[in-house]
Amino acid sequence: MSSANAFVTDAKESARETAEQVGALGLDKYKYGFETDIEMEFAPKGVNEDIVRLISSKKEDPEWLLEWRLRAFSVWQDMPEPQWQKPHVPQIDYQDIYYYAAPKQTNKPQSLDEVDPKLLETYEKLGIPLKEQEVLAGVQGAPKVAVDAVFDSVSVATTYKKTLEAEGIVFCSISEAVHTHPELVKKYLGSVVPYSDNKHACLNSAVFTDGSFVYIPKGVRCPMELSTYFRINAENTGQFERTLIIADEGSYVSYLEGCTAPQRDENQLHAAVVELIALDDAEIKYSTVQNWYPGDEDGKGGIYNFVTKRAACRGKNSKVSWTQVETGSAITWKYPSCILQGDNSVGEFYSVAITNNRQEADTGTKMIHLGKNTRSRIISKGISAGRADQTYRGLVRVMPRADGARNFTQCDSLLIGGNCGAHTIPYIESRNPTAQLEHEATTSRISEDQLFYCLSRGLGEEEAIALIVNGFCKEVMQTLPMEFAVEAQKLIGISLEGSVG
Amino acid sequence: MSLLSIKNFAVEVDEKPILKGIDLEIGPGEVHAIMGPNGSGKSTLSYALAGRDGYEVTGGSVTFDGQDLLELDADERAREGLFLAFQYPVELPGVTNTTFLKHALNAKRKHQGLEELDALEFVKAVRKKAKELNMPDDMLKRAVNVGFSGGEKKRNETLQMAVLEPRMAILDETDSGLDIDALKVVSDGVNRLRDENRSFLVITHYQRLLDYIVPDHVHVLSAGRIVKSGDKSLALELEKSGYAEFVDAA
Repeated sequence: MSSANAFVTDAKESARETAEQVGALGLDKYKYGFETDIEMEFAPKGVNEDIVRLISSKKEDPEWLLEWRLRAFSVWQDMPEPQWQKPHVPQIDYQDIYYYAAPKQTNKPQSLDEVDPKLLETYEKLGIPLKEQEVLAGVQGAPKVAVDAVFDSVSVATTYKKTLEAEGIVFCSISEAVHTHPELVKKYLGSVVPYSDNKHACLNSAVFTDGSFVYIPKGVRCPMELSTYFRINAENTGQFERTLIIADEGSYVSYLEGCTAPQRDENQLHAAVVELIALDDAEIKYSTVQNWYPGDEDGKGGIYNFVTKRAACRGKNSKVSWTQVETGSAITWKYPSCILQGDNSVGEFYSVAITNNRQEADTGTKMIHLGKNTRSRIISKGISAGRADQTYRGLVRVMPRADGARNFTQCDSLLIGGNCGAHTIPYIESRNPTAQLEHEATTSRISEDQLFYCLSRGLGEEEAIALIVNGFCKEVMQTLPMEFAVEAQKLIGISLEGSVG
Repeated sequence: MSLLSIKNFAVEVDEKPILKGIDLEIGPGEVHAIMGPNGSGKSTLSYALAGRDGYEVTGGSVTFDGQDLLELDADERAREGLFLAFQYPVELPGVTNTTFLKHALNAKRKHQGLEELDALEFVKAVRKKAKELNMPDDMLKRAVNVGFSGGEKKRNETLQMAVLEPRMAILDETDSGLDIDALKVVSDGVNRLRDENRSFLVITHYQRLLDYIVPDHVHVLSAGRIVKSGDKSLALELEKSGYAEFVDAA
């Protein structure tokens, strides 16, 4: 419970409200609501020790990993559901979820030609930028974006491996890394998010099936953006991705994670774990665009996005930047965090969260200052529309040894219409008198003046709102890599469709 | 034939009658000035013509180039070529001037069935127009009207007008808050846009603006009605005698 404990401790403050069931209204135009018809191989529904063993054997885990999974599973069974969050989370029936589903393949594909064309079709429907489709399709002269495409729990294609290999960079699925780089995985897996961290991370540790692994060797600046597309495809398949990124001394990497999910009738649990480790003088930039299915009009479906993301700035002068654009999911509940261990290390969190209709979000970050002169910066932009409810929750904690620690936090909320909510809950704990902590927060509405001004220049109402909201989020959008920025801007417009009128 | 034909136009705000039957015919290429004291309904007229919510039309008709203007939403009116230069231009934090102009222009071009301008062409054209208005390039990169001085805001309105090339422009108290130099720059910008097809409705409290933007016709608005019309000499007359007689007359 350690990760959540800051919030758990204050659970009384964030009194649980009886919100209406999520997903009662939804976007009728969810663009990515389709299902790819590929033969699936399922493990039976539900989770128990045998399922954990089955997953482990399907993944051909080494003995230590099986043991780790089993320990996680045994802790998970006795762990209560967290209760401190603002969104109302319906009781999750863990025994009604598939924990293992993989596209049926007798042999692993040797090249993209051997990949089921329907998978490629799926990427096309997803609107994966043409450039990256080319990468996926292996087109010659395609730009340098390495895509590790995760399709329902199994990595089906990893491109650009050779270019990366030449630099000594490892970018592969985590199940592959378990076999090819066991010493790294064993050393770092669970070192930032221990298996007992929280209920969802614990379940992930027991049943994770795939995800990405990145290792950047000493002094190497990764020559391209590393990109992964996660999609949840099979019905009732919980997605338990596990990502581990290690930036060795003096290295740099920028990692992009984009997500879409097809339309579903049942709520789907997504409980991923992302661990980042930055050693001395290393820098990791982690960008996420999340537009999972938020639920349909009849109150059905919608993803539960309960992800544990945490970075350890372990080395001196190390730096981690989280940027997230969260527009999807029925409930988003996550706090990409930084543990600033190394002296002079820097943590950044830039977030845009948009909730429309009945969506709920409780998101923010934790900056734990341990080392001297550690700095953190938090810029959070929350946009709420329809009947959505959103909470920024952030912890800045300065420990006694962290002389000269500094934090700047800015939380801005924008409300569209009169039926939505925005809440800001900052937790600030300083145990060092030399720390300098700043917190700014604003709440505003799109004014009728602004809207009319745009209309009087010929912009349609939805275009006007998208423009104003993009302006509101600009500080954060600017931190996104170019590949993502354009997509993300469009996404903001799509997410807010129907929020006026 | 008139470009803008306003007949017996009546408008309420919060159920209070403000305009009580306005008649006005504006031909292509003509510049009309509407003068009047505070509270006479000048801004209501400009907002109602632009289609702002809350300005309820209770009578009369307005046709724009033969089309029923009142049937159109505010954004449709703009795309048809009606432009309102605001008395108090609105700030749009984080939205750069260039982005805003591009969205506005492309909305119009799309409506006209034209291709969107490519980014380079667009920036070139805007820079040229900005230069004519003494606007430095960096103003194009700044957020719309955020931190702009009064003069900069009005120049920015004029720039938008120059880029959008409306058929009918309504200038709502464009002179308010301007010093004499800014007034000249803005007026020059407006005059540059004058041609035989483009019409202007210049709304102002003071005669001063009309020294620079010389109107073909001047109308006095008082208590929601046009109480007198004449040529530009009417403005000079008003400058001397004030609005008192019209306020009483109404």
